[in-house]
Amino acid sequence: MDILTQWLGWLPNLTPGLIVSLQLTGLSLLFGFPLGLLFAVMAAAKLAPLQWISFFFVEIGRGLPALVLLYLLYFSLPDAGITLTSLTTAIIALTWNTGAYASEYFRAGLAAVPLGQKEAALTSGLRGWTGFRFIILPQALRISTPPLAGLAVLVFQGSALAFVIAVPELMSKAFEIGSITFEYLSVYTLTAVIYGSLTLVFLGLVRLLEQRLGRHLQRN
Amino acid sequence: MITQLLTSIAQGVGLTLYVTGASLLIGGVIGLVLVGAARSPIAIIRTIATLYINFVRVIPPITWLFLIYFGLPQYSLRLSTIQAAIIGFSIIASAFMAEIYRSGLLSIPDGQREAAHALGLSPVTTVAHIITPQAFRVALPAIATYGIGLLKDSALASTIGVREITYYAQQSAKQTHEGLLSFVVAGALYIVISLVVALVARRVDLTLRRKIGVA
Repeated sequence: MDILTQWLGWLPNLTPGLIVSLQLTGLSLLFGFPLGLLFAVMAAAKLAPLQWISFFFVEIGRGLPALVLLYLLYFSLPDAGITLTSLTTAIIALTWNTGAYASEYFRAGLAAVPLGQKEAALTSGLRGWTGFRFIILPQALRISTPPLAGLAVLVFQGSALAFVIAVPELMSKAFEIGSITFEYLSVYTLTAVIYGSLTLVFLGLVRLLEQRLGRHLQRN
Repeated sequence: MITQLLTSIAQGVGLTLYVTGASLLIGGVIGLVLVGAARSPIAIIRTIATLYINFVRVIPPITWLFLIYFGLPQYSLRLSTIQAAIIGFSIIASAFMAEIYRSGLLSIPDGQREAAHALGLSPVTTVAHIITPQAFRVALPAIATYGIGLLKDSALASTIGVREITYYAQQSAKQTHEGLLSFVVAGALYIVISLVVALVARRVDLTLRRKIGVA
């Protein structure tokens, strides 16, 4: 078929873009999830300033459109004397965004661990960090994992936004091909197919993960 | 400086609200059709509706917009930027709204339908007067949350040249070299609109709750 040969011809040009998209997604998740956990722990801290800092960053990360956050960093960091590549800027913006959303899931996970667990840990002499690390956190993580995996899929879709600050990811590559060949419909359809099929694969993995984590519930 | 920026960026509020509102409305109506089709007794209609809902959601919004705005003119279907944005976001919103309606419908116990049947109400009356009002109340908070999400997504329309908040912020950032301030103002506008929508939704929700005597 005509369109298939056309698509096959474009794939070598799109693949580097896809790799950048995946890189962007992977790094944003790698930094964003721990940041989210940190925000969640800070939000539950006894020290009020820590709570305010967490509130400030989470509300900005969630309240602003990801695109505005991206432009905000892209246009303001150079003024502050910080010059970064557009890819780094995009990673920072997406990390912030991911961290803000992830913190809500971590918070829900931490809140879902019954208070008795903490009391039992205290009675067993597991105080502070030890109790948190070995008793509370593992149980909270099990609860937060499915929504976090769902968030990861959304971050992959969100990585397409980096196009606006000229990160050479999948959308940029598609736009390049479009402006050379004027076959916009065809090239964006191919892009949609790539995003769609990868998202479906990731969603399948999320479902598998959910089943694995739910094993202990199915047994009885 | 800040008032100057605010007046120039606030010009975009109208179009942001227009694109969001129109897409939510059109998407909401298509979503209603979709949720009906997804529960249809005919298997093929059910399959098509489910496929459509999943298909729409796995493609990033920006890809949808570009596909429509840059792709369709190839077949001599020229759309204005605003039309393209509204079509794109309506398609996306329809799939998400269908899912929201579905969860609303699922929350209505079967007993309601059975009771309506026992009272001799026709299926149409049952759906229109028994199921929908209850399902709507359950779905309202989710609709409001999605509306706010769509408001933030509408910032994407600036990439195809719709003159909304983000577009003007970008213009100001380039002209005045006040990048930080421009986007802080834009961000503040989005947050203020979100807060207003959230407050209104909560008021409506409370009123509805009181009306059926839940609260």
